Amino acid sequence: MTANAQHCSPPAAPSVSVAPPATVKAPEVSSFKLLATLALAGAAAGLLVVAVYRATLPTIEKYAAVKEESAVREVLKSAARWDTLYLQKGALTKTPDAHDDRKSLPRAYLGFDASGRELGAAITAQEPGFQEEVLLMIGFEPATGTLIGFKVVDEKETPGLGDKIERDTSFSGQFAGRLTPLHGVKARAGDDPHQVQTITGATISSRAVIRIINHAVERWQPLLVAYEKGGIR
Amino acid sequence: MSTTVAPPSVTPAYEPGTTSPPAFIPGAPPPATLWADTWRGIAAENPVLVQMLGMCPTMAVTNVLANGIAMGLATTFVLVGSGLFVSLFRKYIAHEVRITSYILIIATFVTLADLLLAATFPEISKALGPFIPLIVANCLLLGRAEAFAAKVGPVRAVADGMGMGLGFTLSLSAMSAIRELLGRGSLLGFDIMGPRWEPWVFMVLPPGGFFTLGLLLITVGWFEQRRRRARAAVAA
Repeated sequence: MTANAQHCSPPAAPSVSVAPPATVKAPEVSSFKLLATLALAGAAAGLLVVAVYRATLPTIEKYAAVKEESAVREVLKSAARWDTLYLQKGALTKTPDAHDDRKSLPRAYLGFDASGRELGAAITAQEPGFQEEVLLMIGFEPATGTLIGFKVVDEKETPGLGDKIERDTSFSGQFAGRLTPLHGVKARAGDDPHQVQTITGATISSRAVIRIINHAVERWQPLLVAYEKGGIR
Repeated sequence: MSTTVAPPSVTPAYEPGTTSPPAFIPGAPPPATLWADTWRGIAAENPVLVQMLGMCPTMAVTNVLANGIAMGLATTFVLVGSGLFVSLFRKYIAHEVRITSYILIIATFVTLADLLLAATFPEISKALGPFIPLIVANCLLLGRAEAFAAKVGPVRAVADGMGMGLGFTLSLSAMSAIRELLGRGSLLGFDIMGPRWEPWVFMVLPPGGFFTLGLLLITVGWFEQRRRRARAAVAA
């Protein structure tokens, strides 16, 4: 990068009145001064970023919480209230020890209707789809493994094809009442409660949803059953 | 750094000043009015359609109009902010570490833009995903810092950043409007084409991006050629 770089000026700019001198030499600068300049600039930039990070963090976390809450509300249908359970030391508990950060613990939501009857549990699960990780919120009844429904929280599947797992209600609508483990079929799903029909043109994404649900229920069902046996606290 | 070299524009974008600048700065842009500094980025040296800079976000995020506008405005924010600071500190930044310093300034503004977007429009922030942090690597930013902001006063630098940013936003908006309208039948999420419209899914996929950019470049080139011919005819 020297003085002859053209930049944005048209080369044929007609009447620029200055002619460049033959050589342009920047004065020597000591390494210490260079280091000091960069260190100072880095410190100032860091300070600014930290300030804005701290200022925006509450809003960003609030949005995430609102989003999670609406997803729980959606998959647990008519839940009047729910308990948040934390997975700690291989068991679920409503009151985790303080030495773990609550936010970093895996969570399950146990929903109840207005009369206090248990409706089911909602859990999140994330696994690779066709392009990237697909994040689902899954609602199911722990005792039987019957699905209530699921909601796609985050996906980056192919627009117009794979993203039908999020948009196509005839796909997502068929999960309610089905029993895990599920398996996908291409033809119309029959009376078998384990069958769901995959989306034409989005077989891999549909199978990913089915796989994520199966794995998640497999992992969480025993935990939730064990928690309920211990009495709903 | 050949990426910063703009192709020669047909019309001289500058009104060459009547007085020579007080001190010669290597490669400094000739004096021009603030309006000319701003307008240059929008039209004669449009970042996407003329300079062909920042092609990565141009392809990646223009599948729906809201994303295109958001990406353009975020880039404008970074262009104006980094232009201002590069210009303010231009006399203190040693020649040897200038690129490092520019990148530091740009990266700071990109991080701010990322956080502010996440706090104000979480949905758009989610949709743009990694492409906001990647503004750092957009050669438009470093190009304007090195070619313009580092060699002029802060007011001109801000005008240039504004113009380049708006030019970028306009091109991205044009691309994403075409792609969303044909690929989803909607604009900004509102259904425009009606229920009988079968979306051209490929328009929102990567090939649609190349296709749309090609068509836009052809259109711009055609108008440019027509204008040149008309001017030649007048001169003759």
